[in-house]
Order: sequence, then structure tokens, then C-alpha cells
Amino acid sequence: MDDPAAAIMLRATGRGRRRLIVNKLFEGGATTAAVFAIVVLGIVVWSVFSRGVHAFSWDFFTKGPAPFGETGGGVAPAIAGSLLLVGVAIFMALPVGILTAIYVSEFAPRRIGEQIRLWLDVLNGFPSIVIGIFVFALMVKTKIPLLGIGHHQSAWAGGFALGVIMLPLVARSTMEVLALVPNHLREASYALGVSKWQTVLRVVLPTSLGGVLTGTTLAVARAAGETAPLLFACSIGSQTVDWDPAHSVQSLPLMIFENSESADPTLHAQAWAGAFLLIAFVLVTSLTARILLDRSRRKLGLQR
Amino acid sequence: MLARVEAASVPAPAGLQRTRHLGDRVGDGLLYGLTALAAFFGLAIVAAIVWRVVDGAWPAIRTYHAAFLWHNAWNPVTSDFGARDFIIGTIVTSFGAILLSAPLSIAIALFLSELAPQAIRGVIGALIDMLAAVPSVVVGLWGIYVLAPFSANHLAPLIGDVLGWIPIFAHAGDHTESTVFAAILVLAIMTIPITTAICRELFLGVPTELEEGSIGLGATRWEMVRTVIIPSVRGGVVAAVILGLGRALGEAIAVTQVIGNFIPLHTSLFSAGDTTASRIANQYAGASTNIQISALIYLGLILLAITFLTNFTAQRVVKRFEFQRTGGD
Repeated sequence: MDDPAAAIMLRATGRGRRRLIVNKLFEGGATTAAVFAIVVLGIVVWSVFSRGVHAFSWDFFTKGPAPFGETGGGVAPAIAGSLLLVGVAIFMALPVGILTAIYVSEFAPRRIGEQIRLWLDVLNGFPSIVIGIFVFALMVKTKIPLLGIGHHQSAWAGGFALGVIMLPLVARSTMEVLALVPNHLREASYALGVSKWQTVLRVVLPTSLGGVLTGTTLAVARAAGETAPLLFACSIGSQTVDWDPAHSVQSLPLMIFENSESADPTLHAQAWAGAFLLIAFVLVTSLTARILLDRSRRKLGLQR
Repeated sequence: MLARVEAASVPAPAGLQRTRHLGDRVGDGLLYGLTALAAFFGLAIVAAIVWRVVDGAWPAIRTYHAAFLWHNAWNPVTSDFGARDFIIGTIVTSFGAILLSAPLSIAIALFLSELAPQAIRGVIGALIDMLAAVPSVVVGLWGIYVLAPFSANHLAPLIGDVLGWIPIFAHAGDHTESTVFAAILVLAIMTIPITTAICRELFLGVPTELEEGSIGLGATRWEMVRTVIIPSVRGGVVAAVILGLGRALGEAIAVTQVIGNFIPLHTSLFSAGDTTASRIANQYAGASTNIQISALIYLGLILLAITFLTNFTAQRVVKRFEFQRTGGD
């Protein structure tokens, strides 16, 4: 004779059944959401890839835009301009960002450190177009007295705008890595009679170098794709490759923005190809950065 | 013995000490000074941004006063400017985007922290982070040529047929691909990775003992999420959504590419519109008169104020929440 209780236990009914169904719905819903996000990423990357890859040619990388009415031409000025702008941005944001992080994690009293951290996060939340307006008002509309920069758009202004965007990213990620450096390394250094500045420069910084580079790489990836701050600071591009930061230069994001609504199919194709170049650069750098970050985190974690 | 050691060793360190002290004092002071200078440079930039934007908007503030906020016009010829529909557009697109992306992001974060097999967690997490790295101008380009036509030809008729009796979902009179709805979709895609990343960290931070205790008492995973995870990180989730909102409010490029840049706004989401940020981005080259430039900067000031308030609130919530979780450590 079967035990009726056992048969009931095996199959949930009533309330228990409802609980299991709700649970399945939750699991299914959450999984679908994740799949959806990945599909969206896939569609974006695939559309850009399939439309952009045709426009790649030797001319695309080496020539300037074709004169009006002609076909062909390339985006060499935009590529060079983007490199120049990002270079200026790194030149400004990297030292300031790293020094800020050192101040907060090694010198600052806790309250001040927290305030700096908070305001860096606020700066990070500023819309990038507002940073463009700021640089426009600071360096384009008016002239900076001592440096002799200003009164017109320039790569200095554009690079500075990108630097303002990079600064909180570099500083915050460096702070996080410096906080991971084990305290016993600092203490060992002090115990040997080494002074604070030598400890910071020869022990703390080298230990966290990997993480600092990662943060910088991520910030570069973000800055390279920014368009809004350049609209006001550096949007009147030249038709030839120009490495002078005092001139306004063309850049990849602006090229995409301006060509995206153009009726000319060549310019159109160039926008997609430029987008492909940009997305490839950004995705490869941020992926590398993440791998590096994992590695340096693990290294620091083991030392603890 | 002790005396002899002292006698032998005292003179040398005395000389060494003096030079080392000097070098170290200078070095320490220099490094301290340099780093403090850099830190306050960062703060100075925040202050300078606020100052320069207020300064640039000042002529427009003096001309239009606060009435700029609720006046609705943008006519460069007669220098008649007002921000009402841009502000409404910003609020509608951002909140619309958040309504779509917040539930999705929380679900994705729950999947990544509770459901996904350990082996694929990292990969999927990295892929969703990569979505955040796609530049906005590329999302916008994709929006114009892939998303907007799809939305106009398939989504809009479908939603219009089912929900058309609600004014905001009504069929637009003219068929246009650049719509407020397309901007909402683009912003939703851009905010998903931000909210997801923060929520995932929050969910992973919930102590495992609590989760195991709940499962051990016979709760299903959903009940564990609803009764243990969500209540213990509720404030953080709200902050994560607000941070996503901050991104949506300030996004200029991708929105201006898909929204059509048109005021006055229609009631239907399936018609062209405009937002504060996209108007600034759209007019950058066309601004000719000083008062028009100033009016644009006034728009920028409004945008700055809105995003500053949202982000500051979110930071405070996150901070209080972190404090609560770690006991101030």
C-alpha cells in the first residue's frame, strides 16, 4: 500500500506550487533581461561592423576628405586630431589625477579626503556638454592672459575639456588601487627609516602601477569617444592632418556626428567606418584594462 | 660594551641624520605641497565650471529672468528664448528611459549576482560593462539608422494600436523616424550598464550567511531576493537608479541625433521633440548673436543644476548606505 503523504510531498500543489511558479518566472525574467542586454550590444557592434568595414581602404587612413563633389577621400585629419586631443588630455589629467589620489590616500585627513572624493564624483556626474560650455567660456570666448591661448577654438581647449572629463576617472581609480596597497608595505618601509615621500614614490606607487595604468586606459577610452565637449571647444576642423595644438583640429567623434546626418553616401560610409574604428579602439582598450585590473587586484590581494 | 658602541657610532649618524633630515623634510614638504595642489586644482575646476557657466548665462538671466524657465520659444531672429519645452523634454525622456531601464538593470544585476553560473558571470558582466564603453555618438549613429526606423515602422504602430487611447501613445499625425520615443530607447540602452554595475556590487555585498539562512528556511530564490536582498540594499538600488537618471538627463549627442530637435512638443511620444542638452548640442554652430549664445549657456546652467541635484542626492544616499553596511569602516 502506498503512503498517500509521500505522493503529496513529491508534487507541490496549491500555495507551494504557486511559489515555485513565481520563482521560475523570476529566474526566467532575470535571465531574459541579461540575454536582452547582450543581444543589444551584439546588434550595435554588428551593425557598426557590417556597415563600416566596407569603407576601410588605404585612402581612408591616409587622405583627407575629398573636395566637394568628388568621391573617395579619407579621415586622416580626424584620426590625427583625435590622437592629438587625447594626448593633450592625458598630459593634463594623468599627473593631476595621480597626485590628487596620492594626496587623498597618503596625506589628507579623513574628512578632507572624503570631501575631495565626493566632489570628484560630482565632477564625474557633470554632463559633458556643460564641460564643453565651461571650456568655451574659459578658453574660446576669452583669452587666457599668460599662456596666450584663446579667442578661438583650439586643440588645447578640446584636449583640456577631455582632460576635465578624464580627471575624476583617473583620480578615483588610482585612489581605489592605492587603498589596496597593503599597509605593512608602508610600515616596513618606515621601519627601515625611509621617509614618507620616498615610501610613496618607491614603494606605494610602483606596487599599484598596474591599477593606475588600468584606470588611465579606461579614462582614455571614455575621452576618445566624447563628442559633446568638443562641439564648443574644437569643432572647426581642417581638411589636412594638423599636429599644432594651437589650431582647431578635426576628430573622429565629431566627424561621425557631422557626417551622420549628411546626404552624401561617401560621408555616410565614412561615419560608419569611423564608428567602427572608434568602437574597436574603445572596446579593445577597456577589455585590456579590465584584464590588467583583475591581474593587479589579484597580485595585491595575494600580498595581503 | 654599550658605551663603546655609542662612542663608535654616534658621530657618523649625527652627520648622516642632518643631511637626511634636510632632504626628507624638503621631499616630504614638496610631495605634500604638490599633491595638495593637485587635489585642490580638482576642486577649483568644479568651482570654475559653476562660475564660468553662471557668468556666461548672466546676460540671458538679466534679459529673461526666471521666466525663461516657463516661457516656451526659440526664435533667434527676434531673440525670443525660453526653456519650458526643453525642460519638459529632458524630464520626459530621462524618466521614460529610467522606467524602462531600471527594472531591466535590477533583473540583470540579480541574474549576475544570484543566478548565473560562476563560469559565465565574469564574461557576461564584462560584456554589459562594454555596453557602457560604447561612445554616445556611435549609439546615436546606430539610433538614427537602425533603432529609429525599427521603432517608427514596427514598435510605434504596435504600441499605438494597443495603447493608442492614451494620448502619449497616440499615432503621430505625420510619419517621422526622429521621435521622443526613439530618444527614450537610446537613453534606456545607455543607462542600463550604469545601474546594473552598481546594483550588482550591492547584491554581491549582501552577506552570504543571510542568503543561505533564507534558503535554509525553505525560501525559494525569488523569496530570498524579495525578503533578504532587496530590503537590505534598497537605498543603494534607489541611488543606482538615480545615477542612471543623471546620465540620461545630461546626455546630449545621442539624443540630438535621434529626437528630431523640434519644439513645441506634441503630447504623443511618437513625434519629434527636444531636450535641454540636445538643444545645446544642436545649436553649437548656429549660434550667431551674443544673446543666443548666452541663452544656450542659460540652458546649460539649468542642466547643470538638475544633474548636480540628482547626482548629489544619489552620492549622499550611497554614502549613507555604505556607512550603514560597513559600520563606518
